[in-house]
Amino acid sequence: MTAIALTLKKPIFRIEKAPQPILILSWIIVLTVIGWALFPSLFTDYSPYAGDPAASFASPSLEHWFGTDRLGRDLFARTVYGSRTTLTATLLAVLIAFGLGAVVGLAAGFSGGIVDTAIMRVVDVFLAIPSLLLAMVVVSVLGYSTNNIALAVGISAIAAFARVMRAQVLTVVNQDYVKAAYGLGVGRLGVMLRHVVPNSLSSVIALAALEIGTGVLAVASLGFLGYGAPPPQPEWGLLVAEGRDYVAVHPWASILPGLALAIVVIATHRISTSFRKEHRR
Amino acid sequence: MIRYVALKVGRAVFVVWAAFTVTFVLLFVLPANPVDLLFDPTELNSIPPEVRAQVAENYGFNKPVLLQYADRLGHALIGDFGNSVQSGRPVIAAILDVLPSTLILASAALVLATLIAFAIALVATATRRPWLRNLVEALPSGAVSVPVFLSGILILQVFSFQLGWFPSFGDNGVQSLILPLITLAVPVAGPIAQLLVRSFATEFGAGYVTTSWAKGATRGRIIVHDVFRNAGLPALTIAGVTFGNLIAGSVITETVFARRGLGRMTQTAINTLDVPLVAGIVVLVAVTFALINLTVDLIYPVLDPRLRASLTAGVS
Repeated sequence: MTAIALTLKKPIFRIEKAPQPILILSWIIVLTVIGWALFPSLFTDYSPYAGDPAASFASPSLEHWFGTDRLGRDLFARTVYGSRTTLTATLLAVLIAFGLGAVVGLAAGFSGGIVDTAIMRVVDVFLAIPSLLLAMVVVSVLGYSTNNIALAVGISAIAAFARVMRAQVLTVVNQDYVKAAYGLGVGRLGVMLRHVVPNSLSSVIALAALEIGTGVLAVASLGFLGYGAPPPQPEWGLLVAEGRDYVAVHPWASILPGLALAIVVIATHRISTSFRKEHRR
Repeated sequence: MIRYVALKVGRAVFVVWAAFTVTFVLLFVLPANPVDLLFDPTELNSIPPEVRAQVAENYGFNKPVLLQYADRLGHALIGDFGNSVQSGRPVIAAILDVLPSTLILASAALVLATLIAFAIALVATATRRPWLRNLVEALPSGAVSVPVFLSGILILQVFSFQLGWFPSFGDNGVQSLILPLITLAVPVAGPIAQLLVRSFATEFGAGYVTTSWAKGATRGRIIVHDVFRNAGLPALTIAGVTFGNLIAGSVITETVFARRGLGRMTQTAINTLDVPLVAGIVVLVAVTFALINLTVDLIYPVLDPRLRASLTAGVS
């Protein structure tokens, strides 16, 4: 009997107990990369475009941290400068998805009835097409460029945001303070702007934080497939794609920029889960 | 019950029809001059106007949009998506050609991903060592964070170029399937494992587990007999997401490993702006997605008596 009592008293499951140092490290990584994007020249002395053809395919060394590529360009410099392209596109994509998704979700949840049903059926359709495929189709129609990638990734994520926003609006609309506001004679628009929107946004913001990691992956994946910036420009997905042709002999040329990308995504995921937990409390 | 089935079937049909419409608008209406999309951009200026007019006539671009739409929808209903611009073959035949190769890869990856996900959830639930649990629980979010093209290249580098165990590309039997299979299974396993870890944890704290403890069951018996049977089911609810991951993953995986398949064909079709082929692929994907969700909606009540009871009671 005592054995059972002991087992039950113990917290059987601690879902999240990752040590804080990892969270701090994640913040350092993300802030560093934001620094790369804002002031690339502070972090590297090399140019991302000019290379020394004599020093092509150098191995990683103190001089060239990530080595050099086929044209002797410093790959660390290209990764640093590439962060600007990739991060700007991601930010734009998340803003589009967040803005339009929140508006669509608010319209659906706040109107209710037939409007709600109609909007959500359309959202279902966008969820039925895998987002990478949808983004590929959109980018093929718009033309290849980093901005269009951002637009495509943003559009393909609207449905997910709309869904979360609507669910949140539906719970808020039934709260007592909303009914009280109506009772006090506040108009529908006033209730929506003053009470529903501010109280519904938090979970959508948590999703936006999570979407940044996913967005970087989507932008880089489209760049890898060749739908983004034209070659001389540095972009993370494109860097991996360029190095891929020589992966058998010079593996670091694609693996190191790729690892940098993966580490950034892992760090943003770690940060966004910490947001979500605080939000839940 | 019949109402429930009719509702779900109606929704599936609507999703497919709407996906067709969205694709039509995106690919045939929005582009300023859809005829241009049918030619190689570099040759665009050298094409005489008569040829353009001829092509527009062939593809029906000179007809009113609504008429084009009705025409395409009518043909799509009998499985006719027109001819691929690049190869000139019927779209359906071109898709069916490469489909088996992707189906084998995707289904094998799905099996492997499910096994990995269950293994992660089982270890996380069964272990009493916090560090091991933390490590295992961190794996799924790691799996979804690493881009598929990077893991593909890493796996290729280690097992093909360094160790030489497997061929680096191609489509020759089981040997060439292993590396793409692992590459594709990792990102697919991530979300499934996240869901399973959570539902295992919930079920492990459920009342019937306390009862089993009280009756003197061991930890292992509880996990296998009580938790495992109840916690596996929710994985079905993300079948649609899993399917999306398999499609997106196979586009990248097939590109990295230069494998023939639907994913690589999608990429080529988009690169060459093969509009009819792209439209056919998108609709096919939407049909599959709708069928998967319909199947899950229909078999879930069969598998879960609680849901069945609420359905027969008319509360759905």
